[in-house]
Amino acid sequence: MNAIKTFPKGGVHPHGNKAASSSQPIKNAHIPQQAIIPMSQHIGKPAECVVAIGDAVKEGMLIGKASGFVSANIHSPIPGTVKDIIEMYLPQGIKTWAIVLEFQGEFERSGKLFEKRDWKGYSAEELNSIVAEMGVVGLGGATFPSHVKYAVKPEQKIDSLLINGVECEPFLTADHRLMLEKPEELLEGIKIIQKMVKAEHVYIGIEVNKPDAISLLQQKINDANLKFEVVPLKVRYPQGDEKMLLKAVLNREVPSGGLPLDIGAVVSNVGTVYAIYEAVVWEKPLTERIVTVTGSAVVRPSNLKVRIGTKISEVIEECGGFKTPPGKIVLGGPMMGFSIADVDMPVTKGVSGILVLSKKDSHIYQNDPCIRCGRCLKACPWNLMPTVLLKEIESQNYKAALELGLMDCKECGCCTYVCPSCIPLVQTFKYGKILARKK
Amino acid sequence: MDLLQELLLILYALIGVAGLGILFGIGLSLASRFLAVQKNEKVELIEKALPQVNCGACGFAGCAAYAEAVASGNVEINLCTPGGAETLKAIAHIMSVDAPEIGEKKVTQVHCKGGRGTAEYSFEYSGVKDCNALFLIGGGNKVCKYGCLGLGSCIKVCPVDAISYDDIGLVVVDKDVCISCGKCIDVCPTKVMRWIPYSADYIVACNSNDKGPVTKRACKVGCIGCKICEKKSPEGGYVITDFLSVIDYSQTGDRNEGAEKCPPKCIIKN
Repeated sequence: MNAIKTFPKGGVHPHGNKAASSSQPIKNAHIPQQAIIPMSQHIGKPAECVVAIGDAVKEGMLIGKASGFVSANIHSPIPGTVKDIIEMYLPQGIKTWAIVLEFQGEFERSGKLFEKRDWKGYSAEELNSIVAEMGVVGLGGATFPSHVKYAVKPEQKIDSLLINGVECEPFLTADHRLMLEKPEELLEGIKIIQKMVKAEHVYIGIEVNKPDAISLLQQKINDANLKFEVVPLKVRYPQGDEKMLLKAVLNREVPSGGLPLDIGAVVSNVGTVYAIYEAVVWEKPLTERIVTVTGSAVVRPSNLKVRIGTKISEVIEECGGFKTPPGKIVLGGPMMGFSIADVDMPVTKGVSGILVLSKKDSHIYQNDPCIRCGRCLKACPWNLMPTVLLKEIESQNYKAALELGLMDCKECGCCTYVCPSCIPLVQTFKYGKILARKK
Repeated sequence: MDLLQELLLILYALIGVAGLGILFGIGLSLASRFLAVQKNEKVELIEKALPQVNCGACGFAGCAAYAEAVASGNVEINLCTPGGAETLKAIAHIMSVDAPEIGEKKVTQVHCKGGRGTAEYSFEYSGVKDCNALFLIGGGNKVCKYGCLGLGSCIKVCPVDAISYDDIGLVVVDKDVCISCGKCIDVCPTKVMRWIPYSADYIVACNSNDKGPVTKRACKVGCIGCKICEKKSPEGGYVITDFLSVIDYSQTGDRNEGAEKCPPKCIIKN
């Protein structure tokens, strides 16, 4: 085995907290009686609603049509009728239209046997249009529409495809379980993406805290006589970020403001690979995703395959409800997730985990003045200066903040994690970025 | 013998230091004559006339920078709002131009009284203590999306500490301390901070453009656009647009009757 790789500078190593759910097999969640499907579940333009109140929809029917270049289709997760179309706020603060579906009728897909599609004869463009049609987005958390990511221009030469099985966020185990339970499907999905982006080499990056996944995938690759390389990585956050993963595996750096495409690589999360496998091989639109439900205040931490649009409250209830009164419910991981105010929020394509923290675990510390220890500078994997950025944003000097590389901040939260004065650094950068973009 | 030598040593040192002193003295006096910087007297005078709060309302880095810009003659002389009419007159005199007419002093005020106890909140916020950060999360944690968020971003930017918290967790401007720099208006995300004349007797303490029933559900003291103030005080300058009463302060008629009859009691004395 090769020496264990990692990215060169910065990062933190928070406690994993993965034991509670990492041995729980993925289970299908209950079918929701009512599904709320926001039209903005991806980065880019919101989808355009193509149904009206009172319409009957079938399972997997297109209900939101991609409305721009960077946009994605949205399909109905359940058969039923459109009860209402409401305006709602997502946890990220985005105001969007949402379709409220009432469960009714029969499933035409779930539980039925279909014929496997032989995709080998398809061209890269055809495969890409299938992915676009099925509304697949990056399931690592950023929800970038996949068909845009894989639309490689002829002048761009892609030599490497990186599969992201790092899952560096504490608590989350959805990708880990997926790698353990669906290795063959993942390998086939990787082959599809490899054909789409015409990459020569394939690397699968997995942190060494998942030795079972590393050995299983290695074994399956050997069995199938494939040329994929499994790269074990040192446990370090934020290694799951595509730019850090590129640095760790290929030692290539993405230029500021650039994309991995610029340095001849494409990075894809294992969740996305599985969604693409399902979309291409089984013609199944992205209507469900694997969600880790965990945390100190939930009775049965589990990994569930949840239909998009299921209410968070129903998902938590399926895991036994609250053990203690929750202090905070976070969508995503604890480092980059958003806390929610309302448990009736729906699960969207970007929700990789539901973290239910007890009041003790979600204690909010009062911040003290900066003592200029410089730990945030050391921790920042992007080589930014959080101390200086904070001062510039607090004094509304967005121009100076932009010159200091505010837009290169990926909101990983390492600076806030290490700050001994508990200064809300990354939180300030989050709103600073939005305000700087406006000005 | 030894003593004489030691005394001589002291003498040499004295002469040496005195000599150096004289040399530097001559050097400095020459430098002050031949290398002197020609100062524009106007700059100094204007700087003295300015209020020296360095608030930045004029758009320059501070009073000194603005004084220099005015003296160069390329900049309007009426940009200093904190100085008001007096400063303007002084600068006009220094620059020997006619002082342009300016109206009455304007101050800022928060047009919202819906705080804890009166307004409905939709969630508990525990993030960064900054209104702009809270505003990005769906327009704030109040049901009403027009009101004061109460995290005091304006307090942080006010150069003269004219803004303070009131007893319901919102902010209020002290009009006697306000220097009309307008920084709070720039920073306020909901634009609930608005200009009023210094002499304003009443303000409509609401900023909600929602329809009456919506406002009523969100806040006990929100303007519901019922037009009673307009009817009771027709001379008072109450203008209702988009379900919100706004006072036109150029009308000087009685506003008392309308304020007293206001059902949600949102027209308050300033």
